[in-house]
Amino acid sequence: MAPTPSVSVQAEAFDTGAEVAALTAGRTDIGAVVSFTGLVRDLTGDLEAMTLEHYPGMTERELTAIAEDACKRWPLDGVRVIHRYGRLTPGDPIVLVVTASAHRRAAFEAADFLMDYLKTRAPFWKKESRHGTAGEWVEAKAKDDADAARWEKGEKVQE
Amino acid sequence: MLILYFASLRERVGTGEETLDVPGDIVTIADLANWLSTRSEGHREALANMASIRVARDQVHVEFDAPVQGALEIAFFPPVTGG
Repeated sequence: MAPTPSVSVQAEAFDTGAEVAALTAGRTDIGAVVSFTGLVRDLTGDLEAMTLEHYPGMTERELTAIAEDACKRWPLDGVRVIHRYGRLTPGDPIVLVVTASAHRRAAFEAADFLMDYLKTRAPFWKKESRHGTAGEWVEAKAKDDADAARWEKGEKVQE
Repeated sequence: MLILYFASLRERVGTGEETLDVPGDIVTIADLANWLSTRSEGHREALANMASIRVARDQVHVEFDAPVQGALEIAFFPPVTGG
């Protein structure tokens, strides 16, 4: 039976280890857990903060829809998605995706899929504040759309 | 009807939300965007380039040819950049 995905949109930080433990607690049928954590990065050395805006209500619905889609495409035993909003600084975790399955490929691919879809469909917007400048909105990347489009070609998990 | 704006569009319009009586002859989201554009210079700038804007009707992604009437809320926003 497909699992019920657990989705959170929150300002608070998360504990990846605790989330993985919660997803696998008491289970002996899970053979693979993949977790992806996205962090605020500072490639130019002058990033002061990143502020994430979201669309309350729609964000949760969209993340749940994406997670349910992953559960239809792969034989998953658990999905956990956490996305933060508000003001974050370099090194802070922004997003967590955890997938559990009997088999590793399903867990890996589903996590990859979730991130690709999240980046192109979940209503979040990032604004970067650099030292000495006004904040600037991060522009969407065509690469993210291309990454998400890979999953439209009917790629299926091979067991 | 509740009209929502997010991120750079919210900043250009000057507000994140407004409740408006949308005239009955506004059929599609594109019609709505054109009608909203007449409200202020900020609205016009925010909604000028529809190709660079995304829209949701009652919190579901739709295209600009989607119908407006019957919706509770319509949101306009730039392409998303989460993750």
